[in-house]
Amino acid sequence: MILVVVEYANGKVSKSTWEMITAAQDSAKDSGRDASITALVLGSNVAAIAAEVAKAVDQVLVADLPALTQYDPELWSAAVAQIATEGEASLVLIGGSRSGREYSPRVAIKLDAPLLEDVITLKAAGETLTAQRYTYLARVTETIEAAAPIAVVTIKPGVFNPATPKAESAEQFDVDLSLPTPRLKITDKTVERTSRVGLTEAEIVVSGGRGVGSAEGFTQYVEALADQLGAAVGATRAIVDAGWRPYSEQVGQTGKTVQPKTYIAIGISGAVQHLSGMNKSKTIVAINRDAEAPIFKIADYGIVGDVTQLIPAILTELKK
Amino acid sequence: MRILTYIRQVLDAEESVHIANHAVALENSKLVMDTMDEYGVEEALRLRESGIEAEIVAVAVGPARVQDALRTALAMGADRAIHVETDIRLDAIAVSKVLSQLATQEQATLIFSGGQQADWDSHALAAATAERLQWPQVTWTSALELKGTTLTGKHDADEGSEFFTLELPAVVTTQQGLNEPRYPTLPNIMKSKKKEMRKESLDQFGVTPKLKFVTAEVQVKDRLNKILDGKDAPAAAAQLVDLLRNEARVIA
Ligand SMILES: Cc1cc2nc3c(=O)[nH]c(=O)nc-3n(C[C@H](O)[C@H](O)[C@H](O)COP(=O)(O)OP(=O)(O)OC[C@H]3O[C@@H](n4cnc5c(N)ncnc54)[C@H](O)[C@@H]3O)c2cc1C
Ligand SMILES: Nc1ncnc2c1ncn2[C@@H]1O[C@H](COP(=O)(O)O)[C@@H](O)[C@H]1O
Repeated sequence: MILVVVEYANGKVSKSTWEMITAAQDSAKDSGRDASITALVLGSNVAAIAAEVAKAVDQVLVADLPALTQYDPELWSAAVAQIATEGEASLVLIGGSRSGREYSPRVAIKLDAPLLEDVITLKAAGETLTAQRYTYLARVTETIEAAAPIAVVTIKPGVFNPATPKAESAEQFDVDLSLPTPRLKITDKTVERTSRVGLTEAEIVVSGGRGVGSAEGFTQYVEALADQLGAAVGATRAIVDAGWRPYSEQVGQTGKTVQPKTYIAIGISGAVQHLSGMNKSKTIVAINRDAEAPIFKIADYGIVGDVTQLIPAILTELKK
Repeated sequence: MRILTYIRQVLDAEESVHIANHAVALENSKLVMDTMDEYGVEEALRLRESGIEAEIVAVAVGPARVQDALRTALAMGADRAIHVETDIRLDAIAVSKVLSQLATQEQATLIFSGGQQADWDSHALAAATAERLQWPQVTWTSALELKGTTLTGKHDADEGSEFFTLELPAVVTTQQGLNEPRYPTLPNIMKSKKKEMRKESLDQFGVTPKLKFVTAEVQVKDRLNKILDGKDAPAAAAQLVDLLRNEARVIA
């Protein structure tokens, strides 16, 4: 069986989970392997999540425990490794989120399995798995291979088409886990919530860089354009470091990777670390007053000019 | 205490990427210490400068050239270096077998490693090493403080950030924003030449990689590059909106 560890947020199954289910289906096609998909839901008060995901898989395993209220790499890896072993999984799929990428290596070590990180394609043939992934800050596409009875794979978000739920629901089972005591104690959190569509789920992302001038400039130009287009907002590291925007909006090597249909970069120079988080976007639009800015090299459309004049003009035009 | 900082040597971010023989060719390119690892070296130095008695050992696995990156760590202030030499490209799970054994041999209680590798884009080394050692881990730290054996700090999570506390031993990943790494000064570069650089062979670590690297390609998406002159802002705005609406059809 293929084990998919369900990712969810704010009471809903995340898009990344539906993408993992497609990756699981893709991998099993013509492989001669057991292609049944088991979803594993870890957390506390997750009945709604389990019911939602049951519509797209063959079986749902639920560990609904107070001990799983807070994500922890040691807890999650112990749970996933135990279920993978008991269920004799051949493939364990984990989301390519920050947490997924953090605990998946522990699962691989526990299972003595290869780890294929952040894959964008996945094919199985007998015991051999072949996958592609981006390397060199997303400038290179590499093909990797592993032959093993069980493998751990993280799925790059935003690449596979999300699976569509069916009418009937798969059976759900509660599971018993023997869990370690977490050693990383979380004492406080700063959760940054936005009323806009999520950055990694949005069809259009409008991002701003230092060229917007100030935190106020970001609101005046980037947020205004995003709201006009129903888009999510993103930011460069430079302005996150400057305190203009929260870290949760950062796009790039140390922030989020996005792959929207349209990415609009406003006052962003286009450093490789930023590009690595958005260079797979379908259409890229750039506005920058420097014609030599590297962002224009990967832009489909752009204007060389001043943000303070161009964005108000674009907003006027959009309202026509 | 003893701190290990894992060092990787990667292509400078400004260099372009070339492929030869199904892999990225690094000959004749500028190679540097992975920026993400510099923050770990710097943080180890700062812990020591804050009054903690610590020996800082820079560790790398890789071909002969990797010792240049280790020298940089020594010139920044690390005390000595261990270079496990191999020409075989190893994935992070395989490298963790080496790093965890070195940590045990060296009786280290803290390991720093970069949050994401600038070449393989991997996050896995820290967690895999922690698991082999049965240590806890904390990734993507942006602030750290050590009092006795208690490590406190701040790190990035899926959404927003978290404040944490942790008892050593532990593996910690570093990133931009944690600190401002120092540049090696000329006297320190001179001094570093006399520091110990121990060579180890990979053989003794019993590493059998499970991952095979098959091919690498640079796939550049063709871009339209329709760049307008924005001197007349209303005209350029009208033209761009028209293109996005009627040519690209990406906005309503
Ligand atoms: C290890 C590491 C990790 C990193 N991770 C990330 C990451 O995840 N994400 C990220 O974004 N960066 C990251 N960086 C930083 C990155 O290298 C750049 O410094 C950053 O992306 C630059 O941000 P920027 O484009 O906003 O600023 P700048 O590079 O300063 O560019 C501002 C641009 O605005 C233009 N401009 C100025 N005024 C106007 C105006 N009035 N009208 C029009 N245009 C104007 C300028 O021409 C310029 O091109 C990382 C760096 C390192 C070393
Ligand atoms: N087969 C290889 N060819 C070229 N460089 C390599 C190879 N294997 C490892 N390296 C380099 O060795 C260093 C250590 O890599 P790693 O083992 O991934 O930590 C890095 O500089 C890698 O780029």
